[in-house]
Amino acid sequence: MPRQVRPADVVIIGMGAAGGVAALPLAEAGLSVVGLEAGTWLDQRDFAPDEIRNNYRDWPFLVKKVEDERPTSRATSATNANRVGGSPMMNAVGGTAVHYWAQSWRLNPWDFKVASETVRRYGFSRLPAGTTVEDWPLDYEELEPHYDAVERAIGVSGNAGNVRGNIDLKGNKFEGPRDREYPMPALRWTGFLERMADSARSLGWHPFAGPAAINSERYDGRAACAYHGFCNKGGCPVNAKNSPLISTIPKALETGNLKVVTQAHVTTIEVDREGRTTGVNYVVGTEEYFQPARVVLVAGYTYENSRLLLLSKSNAYPDGLSNNAGQVGRHYMSHHQGGAVGALFPFDLKAWYGLPAQGVAIDDFADDNFDHSDLAFIGGGNLWAMSDRRPISAASMSTYGRGRNWGSGWKRFIHENSDRSHGAYIQKTTLPYEDNYLDLDPTYTDRLGLPVIRITAQYKENELRAASYMQDKMEEWYRAAGAVEITRSGLGNTMGITTHAYGGTRMGNDPEMNVLDRWGFSHEAPNLGVLGASVMGTSGARNPTLTAQALAWRTATHLVEAWRDIAE
Amino acid sequence: MTDERRKKDAITRRDLLKAAGAAGAAAMIPTSLDGAPVEAIRPVASAVTAMSNAPLMNLTARETEILAAMIDRLIPSDELGPGALDAGALGFIDRLLSEAGSTSVDAYRSGLAALDRYSEYTRGGRFVELSERDQDSALIDLQTGGAGGAGADFVGSSGGFFNMVKSHTWQATFGDPHYGGNVDFIGWDLIDYPGVRMRVSDEDQRLLDAEQLEPVRRSAYDYAMFGTGRPRGPDLDGEG
Repeated sequence: MPRQVRPADVVIIGMGAAGGVAALPLAEAGLSVVGLEAGTWLDQRDFAPDEIRNNYRDWPFLVKKVEDERPTSRATSATNANRVGGSPMMNAVGGTAVHYWAQSWRLNPWDFKVASETVRRYGFSRLPAGTTVEDWPLDYEELEPHYDAVERAIGVSGNAGNVRGNIDLKGNKFEGPRDREYPMPALRWTGFLERMADSARSLGWHPFAGPAAINSERYDGRAACAYHGFCNKGGCPVNAKNSPLISTIPKALETGNLKVVTQAHVTTIEVDREGRTTGVNYVVGTEEYFQPARVVLVAGYTYENSRLLLLSKSNAYPDGLSNNAGQVGRHYMSHHQGGAVGALFPFDLKAWYGLPAQGVAIDDFADDNFDHSDLAFIGGGNLWAMSDRRPISAASMSTYGRGRNWGSGWKRFIHENSDRSHGAYIQKTTLPYEDNYLDLDPTYTDRLGLPVIRITAQYKENELRAASYMQDKMEEWYRAAGAVEITRSGLGNTMGITTHAYGGTRMGNDPEMNVLDRWGFSHEAPNLGVLGASVMGTSGARNPTLTAQALAWRTATHLVEAWRDIAE
Repeated sequence: MTDERRKKDAITRRDLLKAAGAAGAAAMIPTSLDGAPVEAIRPVASAVTAMSNAPLMNLTARETEILAAMIDRLIPSDELGPGALDAGALGFIDRLLSEAGSTSVDAYRSGLAALDRYSEYTRGGRFVELSERDQDSALIDLQTGGAGGAGADFVGSSGGFFNMVKSHTWQATFGDPHYGGNVDFIGWDLIDYPGVRMRVSDEDQRLLDAEQLEPVRRSAYDYAMFGTGRPRGPDLDGEG
């Protein structure tokens, strides 16, 4: 028998980017909240600027739950799934937001209405074959106040491009209207980034500094970014990277209403005969516990969310919790971030002290910001030129066809070119499809003997065409900035494990097609909510975290407002 | 680097390479310009000094010899300056193999033996006996995966073995000296890395853009907040 602990109003499974944010409005409203976190606490002293540890070896976290249960993947159901590589995520209070790039975008209004807008502008035939895309159950305007709240609660720097319809070219002219400016101005640019911006303008494009959950100046008692150059998969030693670990979680703890339990590995969610959740089973070491709660919020990573529901079988839900419509695991997407473009310049870029969230963005070819009438795809991509370089990765750069990558000839090459290469980050619209999904793997298990998630998914024609188009645009930009060599990588095939994984517990008004209602609560188990990018029905062409956080904030505030309806 | 220094390094390295099989990592003790122990100038090099005069823990003398010869071709010491052996790559890899949970020891052992067999079958001599030109062509075969047959019997692929050694050699040469490599900051000097700083001000970036920023040469763990038993809190250059 598991040990029963004191009941809570709300149990949140996962104290990461989404759960760690949602805890704050719940705790502030006076609800008793228990946050179950598989990882442990980390602090500034754990975040040495050390490329070997950050980028080549294991991070200093004690618990490796994500690694232990990393999914298998395959392109289609015709093949067996393989388990390759490692997990890019981590377990800790604050989650992977402890070491993420911290780019903090709002989605474009189009991303909420891909289906209806595509039909309206181009006709029904332009929706890609096999896609299950539908409009979100809410639009940008409805999410705007929650974006605003989270930008202030965690601290986001950036230049507004559209405040209540007033366009400012220092920011993104294509963004949806904002109620007000960002709480901090954007991170600075280097000489090379200025050059990239000038080149983009010479092409008639609209460059701007992207938004980041990184302090460009002192904010809420925390230091400004020190630009030390180890931000890529690095924790911040000066606490300028605004993960929930240092922003919302400490504030929620101050209310006295949040209790965080670390090294708590959740195994299943319990339900009663009516199908309402009653609490959560978890283990700490070999000790089993049951945490009773009136509301359960699942806030793991996308793979964990579907997995936990599928593993929680009961009489009320024989195929997994909230899965009587067979929608858990459906509408899965690995964000298309592949199809990279690299460039070699004939001069040093002085990029040693940048960070991935510091850069120049181009949104002219994202979403539906340009006319697709004569193009064979919908959506597009965000071009991102950042400032990010570390010694080992610099020395491991491509030789751009100029000889082999070791030996004396290479030494001369690297001595001259170590600071002259650049890699663009290009995020593309990725759509959900009928045959892209998550389920439980029939072979691989974690240490507890529970099956891991199996990804069956591949990029389709729409994604590949958009990727090829974006590579052309990126090459054009690099050439305008003076690049002398360009490399392009493949456009992608199998959707593997990624840091941008969406779907599996999609929100939508139709219970036959969606696990969650418009507020992020289950269509089947009324006191079960889900937080994270697993609720999103489209990817957008930009990093998901801020949108996942805004949705989590919205779900939490809705829970407070509708407490009686949901919890009782 | 001065011509004199370069000559001295080259001679030292060659002599030491010969001795590598017998003395293991001991061969790779760096010396500073004036011959004083490196430790006296660069505290971070103490880990390397501590390994001196000791054979590698995880590889035999024969394996060490092959690995040293391979590493010496990957990043050679040449007229441009010292190479990966001088940076302490052997000792770095040995430490890596000693770490709990390391699964690479068998990969090194079998890969190095296969490299030797491949050299015998295709070029008529043990890898260490081949000319530099033949060593390079054998390594190109490994890298491209073309060394699979010929009785070499690489476990997995020869390219996998090559890439593992290359990756570790790069980490050793260009990573933080904390792990025993990048001795005398050889790797960071080669690529003109301006160094680990805890804060890079607007003015620092301007100086960097203008090629006027002086490089810093210290390990991340030389900053107090990352050491053990030190006071908490950031240790920022100049401010904070």
